[in-house]
Amino acid sequence: MAKLHVTTTINGEPTEFLCEPHHTMLDVLRDTLDLTGSKEGCGSGDCGACSITLDDRLVCSCLMLAAEAEGHEIKTIEGMADGDKLHPLQQKFLEMAALQCGICTPGVLVAADALLKKNPNPSETEVRYWLAGNLCRCTGYDKIVRAVLETAAEMRGAAE
Amino acid sequence: MSDMTNKWIGTSTVRPDGVDKVVGRAQYAADATMPGMIWGKVLRSPHPHAVIRSIDTSKAEALPGVKSVVTAKDIVDFSVGTPVPLGIQDMRWMCRNVMAREKALFHGHPVAAVAAMSADIAAKACELIEVDYEVLPWAIEIEDAIAPDAPILHDFIKFEGKPSNIAGTLEHKLGDIEAGFEQADVIVERSFDTRPVHQGYIEPHACLVSVAADGKTTIWSSSQGQFMVRAMTAFLTGIPQSDIRAIPAEIGGGFGGKTIIYLEPVAAMLSKKAGRPVKMVMTREEVMRATGPTSGAKSTVKIGAKKDGTIVSAQATHYLQAGAFPGSPIRGACGCCFAPYDIPNVYTLGYDVVSNRSKVAAYRAPGSPIGAFAVESTMDELAEQLGIDPLELRLKNAAKQGTKAAHGPVYPVMGYAETVKAALAHDHYKAPLGKFQGRGVASGYWFNAGGESSAQVNITEDGNVVVTTGHPDIGGSRASIANITAELLGIDYRRVSVLIGDTATIGYSNLTGGSRVLFASAMVVTQSTEKVIETLKGLAAKIWGIPADAVTWSDGAARPAGDNAGKFEPLTLEELAAKANMTGGPIGAGTQLNTTGAEGGFATHICDVEVDVDLGIVRVIRYTSFQDVGKAVHPAYVEGQMQGGAVQGIGWALNEEYIYNKDGKVDNPGFLDYRMPVCSDVPMLDNVIIEVPNPLHPQGVRGVGEVPLVPPLAAIRNAVYNALGIRFNSLPMSPPRVLEKLDAMKQAAE
Ligand code: FES
Ligand code: FES
Repeated sequence: MAKLHVTTTINGEPTEFLCEPHHTMLDVLRDTLDLTGSKEGCGSGDCGACSITLDDRLVCSCLMLAAEAEGHEIKTIEGMADGDKLHPLQQKFLEMAALQCGICTPGVLVAADALLKKNPNPSETEVRYWLAGNLCRCTGYDKIVRAVLETAAEMRGAAE
Repeated sequence: MSDMTNKWIGTSTVRPDGVDKVVGRAQYAADATMPGMIWGKVLRSPHPHAVIRSIDTSKAEALPGVKSVVTAKDIVDFSVGTPVPLGIQDMRWMCRNVMAREKALFHGHPVAAVAAMSADIAAKACELIEVDYEVLPWAIEIEDAIAPDAPILHDFIKFEGKPSNIAGTLEHKLGDIEAGFEQADVIVERSFDTRPVHQGYIEPHACLVSVAADGKTTIWSSSQGQFMVRAMTAFLTGIPQSDIRAIPAEIGGGFGGKTIIYLEPVAAMLSKKAGRPVKMVMTREEVMRATGPTSGAKSTVKIGAKKDGTIVSAQATHYLQAGAFPGSPIRGACGCCFAPYDIPNVYTLGYDVVSNRSKVAAYRAPGSPIGAFAVESTMDELAEQLGIDPLELRLKNAAKQGTKAAHGPVYPVMGYAETVKAALAHDHYKAPLGKFQGRGVASGYWFNAGGESSAQVNITEDGNVVVTTGHPDIGGSRASIANITAELLGIDYRRVSVLIGDTATIGYSNLTGGSRVLFASAMVVTQSTEKVIETLKGLAAKIWGIPADAVTWSDGAARPAGDNAGKFEPLTLEELAAKANMTGGPIGAGTQLNTTGAEGGFATHICDVEVDVDLGIVRVIRYTSFQDVGKAVHPAYVEGQMQGGAVQGIGWALNEEYIYNKDGKVDNPGFLDYRMPVCSDVPMLDNVIIEVPNPLHPQGVRGVGEVPLVPPLAAIRNAVYNALGIRFNSLPMSPPRVLEKLDAMKQAAE
């Protein structure tokens, strides 16, 4: 079967790739484009380790066909920092030890960033329900939730 | 040691490997690639128990794009009659677990593997392999496996002279329990069962293996021990250990489940036959069907006490599922279950039971949560019958320095009673509870571990430090090592880089497991750093022309001492490093030790739950852990261990279980139906770190990671009793089971 040719934007870069029709966006990110920051924990939309945004909407890249990227704008964990300047969420996760093994971390950060863009002042409950699709087996979530809340507070402070 | 003058030890510094992990650059095993790399896939048994009559791989081999096929014939065969121990594993079982030999013993058991130009082709080729099975009756649960007419997994396993699925027993004995029970005013005896649960690491097993034409082999894999990977792969492939370089990729969680291998020897043989590097990555379904979990168990506990609460006798019997091959953690269940208490008469007996499920792997304090669930639940009932507060009952019977434990040791300085006292004094224990809310407590113990460890500390030419150790870092151990090295040298922690070496670049180091890593690596890093400081002092002495013992080291510099104090300007680490070539050469030191002196760790947990009586949902609404860690070198990561363990315990207690269908297959091999706690299921988790320093360790460390999973099962169960008046003696307390019990209670009341 002929491969599909896809033209898209990834982390601001115009990007083209070839893929099989059944390949997921996660397959292409990891195996074709060498963007291995997005992780595969389940391949079934249950763990959130593969979280990316598609036109600013949070999606599981394991559930998205790569061909669906055509003409859209994709952002991954690799596009979160501004050069060598970490995003405030990344910085806070480091300072507050909100990661242990780190395998869930890219997905959690992408999801948390999407939350703060929609809702700069989330309650603890809102953070917990928003991140309910991101499994973390190491941390018990406590430090993740605290880091997101504290980043939100700091970003609001900086915006004032 | 744990004085207030520490600058870095006891502070929550930013971990050396942190930035790579938040920007997506950290290399886990599945992220590795190599030129010419091809993809491996495993064909797995569709039956829970079957003789493999024959395997025909010819059609798969003929498929374009297929480069090699492997079956059990390609894996070294260790005959079942002679034990081949490696650590706590036995290569007789490992060689059959990585590739089924005479029989397939569980649904998902590997029977063949293919490497091909793409994962799609490899998967297609697996479907073309023809296996002729003779399907046998199977046994999944303990009661089925120990029934008189049970299907026998291994004819060569005998119990009481007959073929059996009981593969072994273990007992611990202290005093005379019968005489003890005679002195008791109150005796409580109860039976319990727990379900097998998966470690649940988010990263599936993965590896990339390259075997060159001359046999030189490189392995990138996610494991809890690169030396374990090297040794087991060598055993199972016949490649000498010296030809294998096992590189520890970053590891996406293990919790014990990555202390054994599944893919590496298979990938090695595929690579050897194909002449190309082979990458293998499990799917989540494969992880759930064929790796881990920890044992399910059936336990009976009997405890007798005097009216005043003094426990006089205690007995426990634990049957643990081993899965398809012997080796369940009966030692943890039997050794730990009464360890928090000073009881004169104790008897514990464990049975190791094989059945047609995947071979168990370690899971945090292996066996101990199972034993603690039974004992700590019985303790709760005993407290009620005696009319004594459950924490007071524990405090009254708390083991202390000098207590002889049934599993052997006489305890040294330790902090169990401190955890109970801290819990008693905490506001959480006094906070009011509402309707359908309840509070439970429980304690737990883990042996902790030392063992082999190696470290190299090198000073760079610009006066900074590179530390290499040999234990994979799962939860932030590199940060703790940076803290210790910086403290000893008196420099900023950011000047210390900490790396995990591969098997060719650092000396042998045992697995990351058993709460060993910081205990062991801190010892070898401390000794190496002290040697470096001696060297630095010697260099300064040479430059100043004074004896080496007239030099001290503080705040990152050599200083003249005694009669010479103040006579010379201090020489900093940078200055000494810059002069190293003229004064004696490279500065560095290594240490290799078999570390000993890891003393046990204890914790006590308080849990509040609220039960939704309409939906049967138990929600944990407040949780506080109290743990003696010896010394918290990096408090945030100590808390992380405590919090993570508590939430794994919440999952075990409330939801996690394998559902087997009537064909002996796991029906819920994914995260949707195997329900681990998600962020919205749990509250914030409070921690009280207690530090009773271990006198046998330079920083006072005991070990942290295992104990947090020990108390939660019983703490939650006891809280549910407090809320509803219903005692759950089997887990999980999932919504259907809670509703069933509530209905039964309602009917009984009507
Ligand atoms: S890998 Fe996409 S949700 Fe788990
Ligand atoms: S840090 Fe390991 S899964 Fe989240």
